[in-house]
Formats: sequence, structure tokens, C-alpha cells
Amino acid sequence: MADTAATTANTAHETGAGVPKRDFMKLLAGAGAAVGLGAIAWPLIDSMNPAQDVLAMSSTEVDLKPIVAGQAITVLWRGKPIFVRHRTAAEIKEAADVNVSELRDPQTDAARVQKGHDTWLVVVGICTHLGCVPLGNKPTDPRGEYGGWYCPCHGSQYDTSGRIRKGPAPLNLAVPDYAFENDTKIKIG
Amino acid sequence: MVGLHKSEFANPVVNWIDQRLPLFSMMKNEYSSFPTPKNFNYFWNFGALAMINLMIMVATGVFLAMHYTPNTAMAFDSVERIMRDVNYGWLLRYVHMNGASMFFIVVYIHIFRGLYYGSYKNPRELLWMLGVVILLLMMATAFMGYVLPWGQMSYWGATVITNLFSAFPVVGESIVTWLWGGFSVDNATLNRFFSLHYLLPFVIIAVVFLHVIALHITGSNNPLGIEPKGPQDTIPFHPYYTIKDSVGMCVYLTVFAILVFFAPNFLGHPDNYIPANPLATPADVVPEWYFLPYYAILRSVPNKLIGVLMLFGSIGVMFILPWLDTSPVRSARFRPIYRQLIWVFVIDCLVLGYVGAKPPQGSILLIGRVATAYYFLHYLVILPLLGKLERPLPLPESISQPVTRGGGPLPAGAAATPMEKV
Repeated sequence: MADTAATTANTAHETGAGVPKRDFMKLLAGAGAAVGLGAIAWPLIDSMNPAQDVLAMSSTEVDLKPIVAGQAITVLWRGKPIFVRHRTAAEIKEAADVNVSELRDPQTDAARVQKGHDTWLVVVGICTHLGCVPLGNKPTDPRGEYGGWYCPCHGSQYDTSGRIRKGPAPLNLAVPDYAFENDTKIKIG
Repeated sequence: MVGLHKSEFANPVVNWIDQRLPLFSMMKNEYSSFPTPKNFNYFWNFGALAMINLMIMVATGVFLAMHYTPNTAMAFDSVERIMRDVNYGWLLRYVHMNGASMFFIVVYIHIFRGLYYGSYKNPRELLWMLGVVILLLMMATAFMGYVLPWGQMSYWGATVITNLFSAFPVVGESIVTWLWGGFSVDNATLNRFFSLHYLLPFVIIAVVFLHVIALHITGSNNPLGIEPKGPQDTIPFHPYYTIKDSVGMCVYLTVFAILVFFAPNFLGHPDNYIPANPLATPADVVPEWYFLPYYAILRSVPNKLIGVLMLFGSIGVMFILPWLDTSPVRSARFRPIYRQLIWVFVIDCLVLGYVGAKPPQGSILLIGRVATAYYFLHYLVILPLLGKLERPLPLPESISQPVTRGGGPLPAGAAATPMEKV
């Protein structure tokens, strides 16, 4: 009986009439094993993603009241520094008057602040070049030629809208998701 | 002899590598075409199952270690965080936790297989002894792993077991202080247990490697306990035993899954969900189920030092088993008296396990003492004498013989020799 089955399989193989049953079974078993291994691997891989408690702490509230015009503070959100800057009228005008087409990463100032709250600039304080924290929040810090931020690592310079103007960084400082809960309080994340 | 290995592989890339590093030839010779006795029963699944279990433990353990904090102030909470917050953390921990129990179930059956079919006898003595080393390493690893969650049972288990060493005269106290890294089980102890718990599985892998090398030198034993006489008595490992192992693996994984998904804490002790408290010992401290027989032996002896020595001796006696059993016949199938006494021994171990779980009072204490005495009686008196007194049944001439000269007519196709078709 076993011999007969083997002969049939061989004939099918030689004449090329369809895929031999054994090859099909091997493919099926292999595919089943691959799916099974994937299903086993996924919980292991996913366990390395942010845990529920990390995600639960992923938003930060900032009270804007103590920040006077011209001053900026740094808050921590998801382990990253966030710059919250209270801009002066001159700084806003300077940022708005720039010819957008000249910028490396063209973006209007209005697109980087929230409507009606253009005195407040909120950006992720991480240089888009290689991840250093730019200077410019403390009064004694250098702010670069454009009055925004200056990265001490490789000399990238950002303007009062946090846009890249000079130096090796390719992109503007990122604007995180945030919302005004009221006029003096924002929630980041 | 210097020179390239002669590779038989057709694929040029495989061939090129194989000539320089004959891994593919090794895998083929040791796992694919490896000649294996053709009469294995399902007891021969358990070596492969133990290997799978070891891999599951290492994989889940590595990922658990990414979230665990080995500090007395944070260990318990970090385990609870794994259970509640880490993605699939509950699964990783329950698989790891029940995996330890599954590992011991598999290994105990594997050991029983060895005892029943005489797999420890000449020429497989060293193979057996390496297995006992693996068992000892497993016990150390499991014990230290159980301490890591820093629950009440973790803490008091660690205290009791490390205190065993205080039984040794003169140096005992110094050894215990050295083990603790302080004057009680504390942060230093937890830290080193975590370090060693991560290290020992890799030592186990190394010894398993030696175990497998030794196995492939002597070849596997089989249910008849006689050596294959030639190619007619063996079949290639693949596909015949890879398939048979896969069937066993499905059953094993089913049992494992039932434990993990439906009764994850069935084999654990609820007190280990109470954070460790150095000032309050739980009402009864019991080890995990797989240590209960040894624990029963320890408690059966009124003298502290002798109790500890007998505890270690209960494993130590397994090292010299190949020389204690004087019978030249391996398989219990042909040893009418041993065949019954091996079951008495199994029952004795189960009784010890039962006694280990109960408070050592009254009749339980008496039963424990009788069972402990019988445990050592079996190894040290019965086995050496039985080999001389027992009259074994006649052994078959070969592995094939009982099949081909069996009672009924030959089944269709049985006349074809399997080797010719491969």
C-alpha cells in the first residue's frame, strides 16, 4: 500500500501534473509553523513596547501664569524637554515677517502656534540634528542670530518660531500635540 | 589532520560554509539521519520536551528581566507592574512561572523513563550523571527564581533553604553569612540571586550540550534495553522521531496552556502575593511542589545536620546509581521483581511529596520517616541485592525480532524494510 502511494507520487512528480501532495503538505506544515512562531514571538516583542503605566503618564499639564513675556521654561513630557515660550510682540512680528520660501523647512509662524494664542510657542526642545537640547531658555543662554535657540552641539540656530535657520539641523523644532484647557493652562499630549 | 571537511551538500553556499565549519553536516548526522532504535515509545519524547521547555524559560525569562527590578523595595511592585501594565506581561510571567512546574514534570518523567528502562547502565553512566547535574542546576535555578518576586514565600523559602548550610559544624554560620551577603536575607541576597538566576540557565544549556554529545556517542537506549544489532533495528531520527516528538509536544503544550490560561496559580502558593515581611513568618512555609519530597526527607530527621545530609544525599545517591544497580539487564520489562518495585518507589516519592506539603506532626511525621527510610533502602539495599537475586526473563535476540516473529500474521507492508525506502 505504501509502495503504491509512493509510485503515484513519483508519477505525478515526473509528469509535472500539479504539485505533488507531499510538497504541498510540507508547504502547509512550514506555513503553519511560521504563523505559530509569529504568534509566539509577538507577545515577547510587544512586551518591549511602552507599558500601560508609561502610556498613562504620557500627558503633562503646564500652568502658564508664572511665565512672563520674553521668558521660556522647560517642562518634562514623556522624558523629553518641552520648551514653553511666552513671546513678546516684537518676537512674534519677527517670526511672522519671515519669507517662508527662504526657509529650509518652510512653515508659517501661524502654523506653529494655536489660533488666538500666538504669544505662546510650545516646541519639543530637541535639536533635529542629533538630539541635543538647544540653549536659549535661560536669560544668560545664547539665542543665536535669530533670537530663538542655539544648539551647543553643532551650532544649529532656530528663530523665535523654533524654525531652523542656520546650521546642520534639517527640520524645525517639532510642535507636540497640546491643547489650551483655559487661557492659563495647557495640556501636552 | 588539517584540511577542508568533505561536504555532501549540493547548495554551493551551504557547501562552502560546511567545508569550513561543518555545522550543516553535524546537524544532518546528529539530528536528521541519526540512526535511532525503531521501537521508542512515548516516554522517549521527554528529552526533546525538556529541551523545548528550557528554550521557553530562557525566552520568557530574558523578556521578564527587561521589566524586573532586583531591589527589595521594588521587586514585588515590579512583578505586579509586569502583571498589570507591561504588554503581555501577565502571559510572560504565567508562562515562566508554570514553565518551571512543567519543566520539573517533564524532567521527572524523563528520569522515571531512565529508571524504568535502565538507561543509566553501562555504557550510559556519564550520560546519566550529566543528567543529575542538570537536575541539580535546575533546582538551584528554580529556587532562586522563586525568591525574585519577593513575596512571603520567596523570603521565607530563601531563609529556610540558605539556613540549611548553617547545619554544617564550625563553618556553617560563616557560609550562610557569605550566601546572604549580610546577616539576613536582604537586598544583597536578592541581587545575587537575580544574577545567578540569569546565569545558571546558560550553564544548564552547556551541560545539556554535553548530555546530548554523550547521548550521541552511546546512542539512545530503548524500551527493550538491548543495543541495535544493525541498520534493520534503527530508523533515521528525521522524520520518524521528529514527528513522534511533535505529537508529544502538542499534548505537552496543551497541558501547559491549560495551566497558564485556566489555572495559572494552581501550583503556586497564595502567600507569595503578600509582600515579603522579615518580621512575620507565614503559618506554614512550604516549597514549590517539585521540592516537596526532598523537604519531607529533611523534616523527617530529628537531627539538623543529618537531615541536611540526607536531603543532599537523596540527589547524591542518584550519581552512584549506575553502580548500585548490579543487574546487567536494563529494561524493567525483563526484570519481573524490579518491574514492581520501581512502582513502589514511585509511590514512595509521591508519599514523600504529600508528606512534604503537610505540617510534620503525628502520623504524617511517622509516614514521612517510613517513606524516607524506604527511599534510601531502594537505592542502597534493594537495587544492589536485586541484581544478584532476581531471575530476569529471556531477552529478545534483537529489536526487530519481537515484531517480525510476533503472534499474528504479518501486516501488509511490514515485510518491506524501512531503511530501503529512505
